[in-house]
Amino acid sequence: MADVTFIVDGKKLTAPAGTLLIDACRKAGIEIPAFCYYPGLSLQAACRMCLVRQEKVPKLQTACTTTVAEGQIFYTSTPEIEQARKAMIELLLGNHPLDCPVCDAGGECELQDMTFKYGAGESRMVDVKRHRDEQQWSPAVFYDRPRCILCYRCIRMCGEGMDVWALGIHNRGANSVIVPNDGHQLDCEQCGMCIDVCPVGALTSGTYRYKTRPWEMSHVSTVCTHCGDGCKVTLGVRSTAEGAEIVRADNRDKSGINGDFLCAKGRFSFDFVASADRLTEPLVRNAQGKLEPATWEHAIRVAARKLKEIRDARGGSAIGVIGSNRTTNEENYLLQKFARTVLTTNNIDHARSTDYAAFARALAGTEGKTASLRDIAAASAILLVGGNPTEEHPLLAWLLRTNVRLNRAKLYVANSQPIKLDRQAKATQRLPVGSYKDLAAFLVQGESDFSKALAAEESLVVIFGEEFRGDAAENLVAWGLKRGPNPDSVRFAYLGDYANSRGAADMGLFPDLLPGYVPVTAPGAFAEYANLPATPGKSMPQMLEAAAKGELGALLVVGADTVSRSSLDSAALKNTFVVVQDLFLTETAAVADVVLPAASLYEKSGTVTNTYGDIQMVRKAADRAGVKPDFEILVRLAGAMGVDVATLVPFSKRGTTGDLGQSRGAQAGEADRHAVWLEANGLEPKLSPFDPLAVFDEIARLVPGYTVDRINLFAGNDVHTEPRATPGFVPVGAIQSPSLVVPAHDTLFTSGTLGCYSTTLRQLEEHQSKELAKAAAD
Amino acid sequence: MPRLVSHPDEVKIVSSRFGKGAANIDRYLELGGYEAVRKCLAQGPEWIIEEMKASGLRGRGGAGFSTGMKWSFVPKQSAKPKYILVNGDESEPGTCKDHLIFLHDPHSIIEGAIIAGLAVGAKMGFIYLRGEYRYLIEIMERAVADAYERGFLGKNIFGSGNEFQVITQTGAGAYEVGEESALMESLEGKRGVPRIRPPFPAVVGLYGGPTVINNAETMANVPHIIRMGAAAYAAVGTPRNGGTRLFGISGHVERPGVYELPMGYNLKKMIYEVGGGVRGGRKLKAVVPGGSSTPVLLPEEIENLGMDFDQVGKAGSMLGSGGVVVIDDRTCMVEFALRTISFYQHESCGWCIPCREGTDWLKKSLTRFHAGFGTASDIDNIQYLAENMLGRTFCPLGDAAAMPTLGFVKKFRQEFEDHLNGKPCPYAREGVPQLTVV
Repeated sequence: MADVTFIVDGKKLTAPAGTLLIDACRKAGIEIPAFCYYPGLSLQAACRMCLVRQEKVPKLQTACTTTVAEGQIFYTSTPEIEQARKAMIELLLGNHPLDCPVCDAGGECELQDMTFKYGAGESRMVDVKRHRDEQQWSPAVFYDRPRCILCYRCIRMCGEGMDVWALGIHNRGANSVIVPNDGHQLDCEQCGMCIDVCPVGALTSGTYRYKTRPWEMSHVSTVCTHCGDGCKVTLGVRSTAEGAEIVRADNRDKSGINGDFLCAKGRFSFDFVASADRLTEPLVRNAQGKLEPATWEHAIRVAARKLKEIRDARGGSAIGVIGSNRTTNEENYLLQKFARTVLTTNNIDHARSTDYAAFARALAGTEGKTASLRDIAAASAILLVGGNPTEEHPLLAWLLRTNVRLNRAKLYVANSQPIKLDRQAKATQRLPVGSYKDLAAFLVQGESDFSKALAAEESLVVIFGEEFRGDAAENLVAWGLKRGPNPDSVRFAYLGDYANSRGAADMGLFPDLLPGYVPVTAPGAFAEYANLPATPGKSMPQMLEAAAKGELGALLVVGADTVSRSSLDSAALKNTFVVVQDLFLTETAAVADVVLPAASLYEKSGTVTNTYGDIQMVRKAADRAGVKPDFEILVRLAGAMGVDVATLVPFSKRGTTGDLGQSRGAQAGEADRHAVWLEANGLEPKLSPFDPLAVFDEIARLVPGYTVDRINLFAGNDVHTEPRATPGFVPVGAIQSPSLVVPAHDTLFTSGTLGCYSTTLRQLEEHQSKELAKAAAD
Repeated sequence: MPRLVSHPDEVKIVSSRFGKGAANIDRYLELGGYEAVRKCLAQGPEWIIEEMKASGLRGRGGAGFSTGMKWSFVPKQSAKPKYILVNGDESEPGTCKDHLIFLHDPHSIIEGAIIAGLAVGAKMGFIYLRGEYRYLIEIMERAVADAYERGFLGKNIFGSGNEFQVITQTGAGAYEVGEESALMESLEGKRGVPRIRPPFPAVVGLYGGPTVINNAETMANVPHIIRMGAAAYAAVGTPRNGGTRLFGISGHVERPGVYELPMGYNLKKMIYEVGGGVRGGRKLKAVVPGGSSTPVLLPEEIENLGMDFDQVGKAGSMLGSGGVVVIDDRTCMVEFALRTISFYQHESCGWCIPCREGTDWLKKSLTRFHAGFGTASDIDNIQYLAENMLGRTFCPLGDAAAMPTLGFVKKFRQEFEDHLNGKPCPYAREGVPQLTVV
């Protein structure tokens, strides 16, 4: 739309014709208060806080529904408007309980803030206020009716935003209440978005309510540990005797691609961190075969000695390493470097949930062909094949819905089963079960209306699920690449399960691939790695098979429950020395010889890469006495094995030069044991070898695709990467077999091992299955 | 069946068939029914709209907007179907005119709707009846069925090749749905709350199509205007206030009832001559001129007041829906205010803050005040609340509550003060139950 010029409070403003006055004003720095207006949701004009005076119009107008046109003249802060706002607040407070001292929202309540800025200093209300008892709608959502100001944000967010439509209004007038449409309980996705958008303390969270005052928390912006979408999340943390606990998760600052969106897992399922089952001290198997608590020094010494012994006696090939889908890029990088240069083995793998190697191979030699979440959010046309984002990738589902709703993007869904996103689809194509491998052929034929419509789209983002593996994934990408060389003609996204599944693959947790999908057999690959074995190692099943045969001397498992996931007879590991780094005493940890209690993603720093290839910073929020980040554990293990840690973590003068300001150094004259230790070891005093950022330079230098815009990354923004595999790189067949990919298929209320230790998630799942049963009975 | 009243001053146009069995289609035809629509079929849409404009007919629902103008706003071309909507959700206290039309002359509404359809090019009409008028729906449905049977409705009305269908619908008991956009929401099966305007119904209305929505009385006037001619109709009223109006005279009068009088008829005469004067020869204390939402007028204000939109507006009130409520000198105006606000508190849809909270607060204050627990500051507070609701609500319901309240407080402040300091209501009478604090 063409720009128009209009005048607000004497200031000449310009905005595209049809812009809402409230938006135009806010953009120009003119504050217009509003409760019911919420960007991206339908207009209500119900709260009447945004009333402004338009010249030549008899009544005050709502800025949230007035569109600007050439030559209009507005006033937003005359005595008349100030009085209108003041009265509106007085009216709202008429029935609103002033229980601010105990209200969850106290201190971050929009009504409080508005009263402070626009309200009356005293109340005229002397009559009895309406009261209704508080209701619990689900384990996650509570509703305190008297506090509700009926701005309808929750209803719209649930309906328009989430496409769930679980909330409505009962009664009318002053008796109006928000209610679950289903009766007294919420049958929904339990995302908690209703709580998030509530401007007051009417909707409160089961995990947060009455726990703290907002100002008692520190707010740390990090990345969710659950699915592969990588939502930014702000954790509210508070100190405890044992460190720092997480009391709340939200994303009210709307930073990151997810904006204010979080799903049930991101919002409520941080409680595994504080689980009573957390390991908080190392365990070492004693002479009687029992795991007993030990000091960190002892446990590291035992593990290091044994690993060194086996390596020296039987060679690196007698040792296996299994990595994690939730540890950071730096930890994954360090783990494979540790395996390859210290343990001298290529026997390294992880629980592959998606065939990223096939994806990298398919895209080898291309550039600008992967879709970031931002690309998806702005795409004009999207083909979604396989997967069920609503359950497995809630943020993706949110972005697709929003893009369709607000930008009229065209969504094409091809799936073997109906999925909820069909409702937003312009066209759907039902595929026979198991026919994904033939999809590319089907699309090429182009005879159906579906493929014709796709062919007519000028630019297309193709998102596909883990159903595509090996050739199927490669064929689909090949089909897409034929659309044209223009970066807009096609972009791809591949859906994987966990917070850093992509990072695990990118960082080379493969027996045949180094970081960046560089084959270990490639001549001159990672030449600076000392002792790098040139032949591919064993895949996870091969390692376990070797262990069963007594051929695997040691197994180091970092953040994975291999025994449970592989349905392994734990006796198979009886002849293997097993070291496990984990949060919990998993089935694998239970059979280990040394168990090292690890920090969760919320208790460490680093970076993670979501399944779309967006790298984001992880910042330490919580703290738990007794646990250590996997990064530090690996460095300590290496150190105890007699390795010069500077070769592993190049934090010395040759490597990282960043001063993270953590120490002024011993030269200042004060007692700084850590700095003295660094100095004594000839290390850079400004950066600790335990700081994951110490390997960041090396990753950027050695891993194709990871030379990223560091300023943006450190500022907390997402930075896109794509696999830069060498064209024609040949994987080792058995090692890269699609059958090794076993998706986790988590739902909205499960999250692998972590999910099992989240009380809230279990409660939510129980609640939802009850609601489902109820719906079925109806 | 309600008792029909009459007075020599009446000019019977809309009510001309009342009491004559016109609900029967044959009788309606005998009385000149469906002649107007035949004339319109011959003359064409532009002519109809010009006639409507010339007649000076203004919306009988209360806002008084020119009907001809309203029809002319409907775009000629529209991708979506156009609709005619008859608003029979008559719910304003003191208003009881539309139900007589539904009862005695249902075909006039159908005929008016057909003419409106011809004028704007709509093929579908809805007649929306107040939920509480359930006993009228059968009459209305019978009339619609008869009209279909005669070929007056359907795919080819009067053999003209034009299509017009009519569907009847009843409300679910919400005053708010009398507001045109809320009525459309209700008709679409949604919660009866008003819509954001613009867009106006003439452009985006029912089911997103251009919609003409008129009050039932307005619609019933249409065939008469066509039959008698716009000029003759206009001549009955005052300038810019064409024709007659059904005035529902109620309250403390000797002969309450619905009378059809020319626009601009003197209010004092209406009370004392048409209505037979204040009941029992008592003194007139006040009169509500146009339904409960209009500010009350004092006896001295009605001396030379002609009942048309412009004159009543000038007198500081509104002609509204033509519900004249006569109040005698034994009436407690605080109680009257309380009863009025109780209605609006009960009927507020709750959508916007000032109406939802304002009516509730006013009711609480007035209830307590009338029971003798008021304080001097309450009077100012009541006025403050009403002033701050006025003009700031989403739809006119908030104004409908605020305007009369302001009238009561400003014009009868002394009566409010008489309730102060724990004094019993000065108007309390033996045997008449008093409102108490709930």
